[in-house]
Amino acid sequence: MIFNPAIIALLLSSTATAGLLVYAAVIGIQVLHGWNPLSGSEGQLLLERKTSLVSTILGYLLCFHLVALMLFIHTADALHPLFTGAMCAAGTLNVNGFGYPALLLKLFNTLAAGLWLIINHADNQVHDFPLVRPKYAALIVMAPLAALETFLVAGYFTGLKANVITSCCGSLFGGDQGTFAGGIASLPPMPATATFYAAAFVTLAAAFFVWRWGRGAILLAVAGMITFLAALVALISVFSLYIYEIPTHHCPFCLLQKEYNGIGYLLYSLLLVGSVSAAGSGLLQPARKIPSLGRTLPSLQKRLALAAFFSIATFTLLVTLKMMTSSFRF
Amino acid sequence: MTCWLNRQLNILDYTITSLLRRWWKNLSLIFIYSVLVFVIGSVMFFTRAMQREAKLILADAPDLVIQRLVAGRHDPIPLARAEKIRSIRGVSAVSPRLWGYYFDRINGANYTLQGADDRGLLPGDIDIGAGIARSRKIEAGDIFSLTDSNAIPQVFQVRKLFDAASDLLTVDLMIMPTEDFQSFFDFPADRATDFAVSVRNPREIATVAGKIVELFPDSRPIMKDEILRTYASIFDWRGGMMIVMVAMAVLAFVIFAWDRASGLSAAERHEIGILKSIGWDTGDVLSLKFWEGAVISLTAFLAGILAAYAHIFLMPAPFFSHALKGWAVLYPSFRLTPYVDFSQVAVLFILTVLPYLAATIVPSWLAASVDPDAAMRS
Repeated sequence: MIFNPAIIALLLSSTATAGLLVYAAVIGIQVLHGWNPLSGSEGQLLLERKTSLVSTILGYLLCFHLVALMLFIHTADALHPLFTGAMCAAGTLNVNGFGYPALLLKLFNTLAAGLWLIINHADNQVHDFPLVRPKYAALIVMAPLAALETFLVAGYFTGLKANVITSCCGSLFGGDQGTFAGGIASLPPMPATATFYAAAFVTLAAAFFVWRWGRGAILLAVAGMITFLAALVALISVFSLYIYEIPTHHCPFCLLQKEYNGIGYLLYSLLLVGSVSAAGSGLLQPARKIPSLGRTLPSLQKRLALAAFFSIATFTLLVTLKMMTSSFRF
Repeated sequence: MTCWLNRQLNILDYTITSLLRRWWKNLSLIFIYSVLVFVIGSVMFFTRAMQREAKLILADAPDLVIQRLVAGRHDPIPLARAEKIRSIRGVSAVSPRLWGYYFDRINGANYTLQGADDRGLLPGDIDIGAGIARSRKIEAGDIFSLTDSNAIPQVFQVRKLFDAASDLLTVDLMIMPTEDFQSFFDFPADRATDFAVSVRNPREIATVAGKIVELFPDSRPIMKDEILRTYASIFDWRGGMMIVMVAMAVLAFVIFAWDRASGLSAAERHEIGILKSIGWDTGDVLSLKFWEGAVISLTAFLAGILAAYAHIFLMPAPFFSHALKGWAVLYPSFRLTPYVDFSQVAVLFILTVLPYLAATIVPSWLAASVDPDAAMRS
């Protein structure tokens, strides 16, 4: 294991978030068992009070998740000089089998916390808390995932041994490789770009529809998720080339480095906010059938659609500008 | 949105007045909190700045150093090997280096002695580092005596002192002509301490190193990358060790914060009771508690981080330098280049603010969910 303040901080944050989420899940089990909004018993009153505790915990958790996610990628990137052959986070994460699963699970848990808070916000708008059961059932699924993330992060960092020869980002994302990432990198540029622009256009149109007429939230959620994936694929296969201005460099992590003004942090944040807002808007759609939520949900969905619209539009505008101003040409 | 923002601003406004009303009670918490941020921040700023310093200095180090090992120990390398190494494709230059250590009985310090002919030194001349000059109280032009390997005193004239700006590299360095070096240490004329090898393409360094070992199996190649990696690991390790030692203090702080947050005074309970009876709900009181934590954390975090910055970059890090730098009789005096980046602030946040927030969530909720009637009666 490499002994470094950032690694200690990441282990601490993973353990703390998993601990808090497990605590919240225990309250979730109590709520699922004993929740009865018609009762005025002391137990029900206590459970109602505990829901505000769980909301607060999840609010903090999202904040911790976001800081830890950025720090995780930054640390993986900063550790690359310790490994022969690693040139950025792409190589460092590949040093052992825990790196990429830990990153993907971190990303998933952050998205899940964001979506949970959206549903919670919708639920708290009305007094009969109609979404309590699905909300707390979700917590019971999220807690083991957080524990698994802690295990993967710990496994990754304790398994790091400086000097291990790893594939660098040049070979991992260099195309002509049998790996999944290499496959993405070698995708033909035109279809990848076209897919992204088509998905982004549909998302923007759907977001506009939801905002203007309050319809099409499911389409927005599906299109938002497809845009998220298409944007990642296009970033690796096409946009990165325009940003790095090197025809062979496809790495999605080097975007975070100082040399490119950390543009990756902005691009990934926009994508995260855009896709969470789009997915959240669609996720709330089935709940509109509940009478008490029927009045409050449309306005929340509209606000989410607006957030998705601006995030995806800014992302699209940024990458398009980069492509137009870059000296790289296919 | 504006309504929500106004609500939060009003709660924040109330929080600050409420904190100021009990400033003496919060001061001790903020002080302990800042000290913790200061200690962890100092360790991190210092180790990162040292890593950067090492990286900048080693940028000029040779691509490859070739040593010879005899029975597992470093031994002078025959000069004849230089030609063969030079003929390897990709090698641009091979320069034999002569250097060694000298123990000075007068002040108990170790000097680094180097033999070099490219500095225009005449026989009997010597250039010395500022640290040696300080400790032996000599200046340029003075006579300087050293005892050679046969215990015979040798006299040198100090030609010049190295610039104080290069202290980190030259504080204990002495450079003399090659012949003086060889006679001083009785060093064989057909040997060198090691070879500095330059390689045209940095990607070929490992291949060149492999070829040299193939040619001379008793040689040990040391790549620049390896040296950089070792320095980075050393400072990482030292920083990590200090953080683990400070972990006990963090734990104590967490218990203190927990205790403070859960032990509400009668006045505070009364205040929450009144707020709830005039229409604040549990969520509002939780917001109040959130802003209370945010104001305290931000104040302590900023105070601690500024103090750590001043400690490391404006002063010569008096509290930690011995533990983190290592020590020597002649230690270079140097000022670290200020360098703080996102990751250091994020690490500091996770190591200090996260435990505080995590420890106060449940007590804050307990405080916020008190029954107004019971709270006011108490």
